[in-house]
Amino acid sequence: MTGSLPPFLIFVAGALLVPFFRGKWKGAYLLAIPVIGFWNLIHVPQGTHWIVAFLDYQLVLGRVDRLSLIFGYIFHLISFIAILYALHVKEDLQHMSGLTYAGSALGVTFAGDFFTFFVFWELLTVSSIFLIWARRTEAALGAGFRYLLVHAAGGLCLLAGIVIHVSQTGSIQFGYLGLNGLGTYLIFIGFGLNCAWPILHPWLTDAYPEATITGTVFLSAFTTKLAVYALARAYPGTEALIWIGAVMTGFPIFYAVIENDLRRVLAYSLINQVGFMVCGIGIGTQLAINGAVCHAFSHILYKALLFMSMGAVMYRTGKINGTDLGGLYRTMPLTCIFCMVGAASISAFPLFSGFVSKAMVMDAAAQGGMQAVWFILLFASAGVFHHSGIKIPYFAFFSHDSGLRPKEAPLHMLLAMGLAAFLCIFIGSFPGYLYQLLPYPVEYVPYTTPHILAQTQLLFFSALAFTLLLLSGIYPAEMRCINLDVDWFYRKGARLFYVLTDRSLNRINEACDGFFFRDLTGVLFRASKEAAVRFVLFFLVSFWLLTGVRGRRLEMKKMNAYQDMMRGTLPVGIGAAAACLFILLVYGLV
Amino acid sequence: MGKNRRSPQRGQAKPQAKGYLFDRPGSVRKLLRSFYGALAFLLVLDFLVHKHALFPWEEWPEFYATYGFVACVVLVVVAKYVLRPVVMKREDYYDR
Repeated sequence: MTGSLPPFLIFVAGALLVPFFRGKWKGAYLLAIPVIGFWNLIHVPQGTHWIVAFLDYQLVLGRVDRLSLIFGYIFHLISFIAILYALHVKEDLQHMSGLTYAGSALGVTFAGDFFTFFVFWELLTVSSIFLIWARRTEAALGAGFRYLLVHAAGGLCLLAGIVIHVSQTGSIQFGYLGLNGLGTYLIFIGFGLNCAWPILHPWLTDAYPEATITGTVFLSAFTTKLAVYALARAYPGTEALIWIGAVMTGFPIFYAVIENDLRRVLAYSLINQVGFMVCGIGIGTQLAINGAVCHAFSHILYKALLFMSMGAVMYRTGKINGTDLGGLYRTMPLTCIFCMVGAASISAFPLFSGFVSKAMVMDAAAQGGMQAVWFILLFASAGVFHHSGIKIPYFAFFSHDSGLRPKEAPLHMLLAMGLAAFLCIFIGSFPGYLYQLLPYPVEYVPYTTPHILAQTQLLFFSALAFTLLLLSGIYPAEMRCINLDVDWFYRKGARLFYVLTDRSLNRINEACDGFFFRDLTGVLFRASKEAAVRFVLFFLVSFWLLTGVRGRRLEMKKMNAYQDMMRGTLPVGIGAAAACLFILLVYGLV
Repeated sequence: MGKNRRSPQRGQAKPQAKGYLFDRPGSVRKLLRSFYGALAFLLVLDFLVHKHALFPWEEWPEFYATYGFVACVVLVVVAKYVLRPVVMKREDYYDR
């Protein structure tokens, strides 16, 4: 045990106390949480801490090693930046869910067993949903529900996998798994859903652009990178990941080119960047794993920076579609510069953070002789520059003059963006500090003349393609439209399912209602009443015949008795006599 | 970072334009010229730098420049002429 606290506790407990602070104190309090958390974290020695006995199992709340530590550091760092960016938000709910979300991410990062892991994994989804719903639009509400349902399905898949795995091995320890047996496959898919693998990905591009301005900054940092961490922990060197990663880098860039909502463009490019990490984990060499982790670290910063700059634009103009924006560099120059730093970083320009991290994965693929994968990654590198590197800053800040002259972003947003931009350049210029933190010793040297030249050529000639396509009018104009993705299957599919079940089950229901409730009961009711009346009448007529009633009088008596019985207005004496007769008959029969 | 240019602007030019960077006449042309200059410089540099490549094609002259250019053209053409016709719908597609 140490004198420190489990990292998640500071955030989750901190979230609960948010409503007790007011005014300026609230801002100071919120910012203090990640600072205290970080101070706490650097005093935790490597090893296994905070072991809690639960039923027959030992839960490990703190497995602290190089892999979990580096994710712990970046999660604290980005929490500080995201909280700083969100200081203007008055609503406690958003701060609380942001902090709980960050806290559950730390809980997963340091979990040493499947039970703790799963609890925090689910808390991650539940807490993040409020960052989407807090936007309070109909679109956000719908996207939030879809996000929740998709993650619930993924969580169940993961849970099923964990249950099978634990019952087979008898151990709840969370460590290397590899693909062997049904349980590990289910866990693999559960991770993959949070990682936004192709086909499993549309929750991300659906929900992130619908979240609040500040919520998206939080969202962009944690869920997918946590899945990358989980994959790096449990499935390093799994060949399937190489191809999954390669596809992830490739397909989203096509969508990003034609997408109008600029935050959705960033969401697609997020998948593209996570693809590099997944690919690195699949390759599984020390260089590749280092590359994946390093890229996750720098990606969290520059992706948050890009989302922050687009958020600032949205905050000031209320618009985010490429068709509505343009020319904002005039009055938002600092936001524009920060956006371009983020764009340069994601594009991996020399001296920016993407350059020192992405190249490690590319090099690992080349060293493994994976030609096809390498070509896809290189294509994606050029493509990402095209849509995130140029398209985002160009359509928001340059392009045609939208006539909008918004004020520069508020100070706290500028500080948050400035800090992220500084770190992007710092990591890119002095990669040694980040390399020291990576899980394995680093021998990789990013700044060699051929590498710098190759990357610069790749990017500049991508830019040339953009320029020429734009000048020639071939470049697809931004259009007010949406682009269908795989979520079509469940968005339209759910409606189809609804219609089908409505038509089939409700028809069956109606038929049953008609038959059993209206027709059959009526028949039974009439039959039982008639039968009893006829039965009684039989005895009455026999009695009247015996007493010498004949002809018209008999008919009259019969008719009256019948009508009285059907109406239930029989004189008491006759009713009692009929009952006695019936009892006698039954007695006689028995 | 000199790749963000402004396309020639039509109509509604602000009369009170305060001389913002790209509103000055000729600034876009200047920017484009220096950009093309940088491209030419990179092409020349390719022959002067000794490469140590992992794949043979990395040593081909102007490999990265060609690949970057072709990749982006293919990307845009496929996105515009193949993907967009298939997936593009009206904004209220899911609300109807």
